[in-house]
Amino acid sequence: MSGFFASGPVHTAVVAGAVVAVVSGVVGVFTVIRGQSFSGHALGDLGTLGGSGAFLAGVNPFFGYVTVGAAVAATMDLFGVQHRRGRDVATGIVLGAALGLAALLLYFDTTTSTTTGATITILFGSLFAVSPGTLPVMIGLGVVGLVLVAVLYRPLLLSSVSAELAAARGVRVRTVGLVFLVLVGVVVSLSAVAVGTILSTALLVGPAAAALRLTRRPLTAVVVASVLGLVATWGGVVLSYASATWPPSHTGWPVSFFVVTLVLALYLGAELVGWARARAGA
Amino acid sequence: MSTVLSVEGVDVWLGGRHVLDEVGFEIAPGELTGLIGSNGAGKTTLFRVILGLLPAARGHVEVVGRPAGRPARAQVGYVPQKVALDPDVPLRVRDLVSLGLDGNRYGFRRRSRQRDEAVDAMLSAVGATRLADARVGTLSGGELQRVLIAHALVAQPPLLLLDEPLANLDLANGQEVVTLLAKLTKEQGVAVLLSAHDMNPLLPVMDRIVYVAEGRVASGTPAEVVRGEVLSGLYGHPVSVLELGGRVVVVAGDTGPTDLVTR
Amino acid sequence: MGAGTGRGVMFSGVMATAWVTATLVAVVAGVVGFHVVVRGATFAAHAVPMSAFAGAAGAAVLGVSAIAGLGVVSPLAALGVAWLGRRRRTDVASALVIVVMLGLGALFLSWTAEYSSQVYALLFGELLGVSTQELAATAGLAVLAVAAAAVLHRPLLLTAVLPDVADGRGVSVLAADLWFLLLVAVVTTMAVPVVGTLLMFSLMVGPPAAARAVARSPRATIAASVAIALVTVWSAIALSYVTDWPVGFFVGILGAAWYLAGRAAAALAARRRPGARRQPAALAA
Repeated sequence: MSGFFASGPVHTAVVAGAVVAVVSGVVGVFTVIRGQSFSGHALGDLGTLGGSGAFLAGVNPFFGYVTVGAAVAATMDLFGVQHRRGRDVATGIVLGAALGLAALLLYFDTTTSTTTGATITILFGSLFAVSPGTLPVMIGLGVVGLVLVAVLYRPLLLSSVSAELAAARGVRVRTVGLVFLVLVGVVVSLSAVAVGTILSTALLVGPAAAALRLTRRPLTAVVVASVLGLVATWGGVVLSYASATWPPSHTGWPVSFFVVTLVLALYLGAELVGWARARAGA
Repeated sequence: MSTVLSVEGVDVWLGGRHVLDEVGFEIAPGELTGLIGSNGAGKTTLFRVILGLLPAARGHVEVVGRPAGRPARAQVGYVPQKVALDPDVPLRVRDLVSLGLDGNRYGFRRRSRQRDEAVDAMLSAVGATRLADARVGTLSGGELQRVLIAHALVAQPPLLLLDEPLANLDLANGQEVVTLLAKLTKEQGVAVLLSAHDMNPLLPVMDRIVYVAEGRVASGTPAEVVRGEVLSGLYGHPVSVLELGGRVVVVAGDTGPTDLVTR
Repeated sequence: MGAGTGRGVMFSGVMATAWVTATLVAVVAGVVGFHVVVRGATFAAHAVPMSAFAGAAGAAVLGVSAIAGLGVVSPLAALGVAWLGRRRRTDVASALVIVVMLGLGALFLSWTAEYSSQVYALLFGELLGVSTQELAATAGLAVLAVAAAAVLHRPLLLTAVLPDVADGRGVSVLAADLWFLLLVAVVTTMAVPVVGTLLMFSLMVGPPAAARAVARSPRATIAASVAIALVTVWSAIALSYVTDWPVGFFVGILGAAWYLAGRAAAALAARRRPGARRQPAALAA
């Protein structure tokens, strides 16, 4: 363990994990309140396409996630939710097409370059693989996200509770919704850096849902979600570092595995606390 | 057999609430009976007891001489209140009605002329022949109601239950469904029990009424039941029955004339 | 990866196995997909294959056939989906469970020698994903699934369309849901080695979604769905063989293309029909 604090990748991982945990916690709470978990999930999966494209172009995958995340979020909002019934099928089919395309790009990635890790890096991520150069961009986007949420806080909350109510009070519900969804796209790409595109839902939704089981106040929930997210990412980094000596491979278990498992454990713990409280109250 | 459905002294408690209190009435073949009461009076609960989906704490229910439950269910056609259909469900009206014959059976089905004829006859009885090949998801509210009635009746059960069949229909469509039910009752000799919160559309065709209030019921002909003193007893406080412009209205309080003029 | 060397001629040797397997997969996916669409069970069609990833990955660690791993884990995933669905908490809890199953699969595969290529094959499918030895198991599963779908056909329809009536007539909606999910588990076991976990959904939902736009009765819809699924996998294999590109790419793109074509056909038909009916009425009035 002595090498833990001296290692460069660990430093980067700890900082990146913190940024992702805090921003995901804040935006995740609103995502859950607004019932947009599924959109967040879809945006994460679609990031695969951006990531694999960026990889092919020789750019850092993170920029692929962000571009696709923000662009798709804007388009999703444009099409709106007119067809609630068919929406699941349509989303699934679009996701399928995007993932199929991503499969092709990943195939090109592996045939044109000598590095074989593109698939793993993009789909399952690794906090240890974050390049120090990406950190400032991540921090910058994280700060922009937090500022946006702070500015939008009250209209966002009101329109999350009732769109009609918010519209009656003069809130531009459409604009707020669009900005928020784009924000979700950006946050999901941050979390894709940490745990990969297809696991990114975990950090966006898990800590937030757990926090909302523990407290009803939005502001408290935001803080609790960020803290739970930190526990998951930092816990994942520590466990993964420690697992270097574990069987069977002695090469260390993937950090993303630990992060998502910790998120699930925290969520189940919160459910249990909520359940115990409900029983004690009744 | 002179009674199709007999309900005797049925008590039901749900979540500590006395939902049905000593409920009892009988229904004869070829009769159209309205189960009338406001929302939350216990109508749907009573249906669930008759279908054997909810056990009664006390009392018993017999459908054509059999206690409510699995074997008795085969004797009951049922049209639920809420039917949400996706417009894209790949099912024609004909297919939905034929599921009324054997939708509950596992295993292969042999194609038979007899089945097809039964389905066609039923569709024509409810006046839905021209809809036979339409997608079920594209039907209007009134059309869907007709098709669901056909689905419930195609196996020729002696008893047909309809849960609020008029709730989602406009006046004209509601009137058509009521006329259809009255016709089917007489033509097919089936006993119909339908629930509604408003008795007015049913007054011209109802043979009997089962009025539910506060978990208790009163049954008989409309003229016997829809009277101030009978309903006051049910509600446990004074109510009056008024007739306003041909419509019967039940109001709280002991005001106005208490006689019902029946046609 | 999708590319392989020395696979011989397009229709012989190991390629013959690929063709037969894919044909079986398409038939079963077309039939079961019909019920996915009728029940609106898109979540199950997504969740079962995703969770089964861990099973296939576990099999790779143990050095046994992927079909064995999928065969064990898919039914468990189906039961899990049924249980979560029964508690009506499908949202967050299920999303997290799926993600952890994916993470678990990644962990297992990180213990194997060919980490990256294994992950890729299980997620996006592999043209030669099924060996000749596994063909018998796949065929057996296909027969089982089609027979089960035929036996369950009417109760599955009734519970999907009129659940309240089904309960009244003694068909348990819960039992029907469970049978249905086990069918999805069988398809998953057969299809994941070929099209991969991420693209199972495209194969299971694309063809029936398009089929319901062109066919009316359940029987015709199932037939059309199977036909479209067959065209999908056959073209995917042929194109994959010719281009060396991954099978999953073609399945995903074709699935979406079918879906869009179906939507367009339905929209066209809807525009033509009421218009034709309304016009004389308007004239008469």
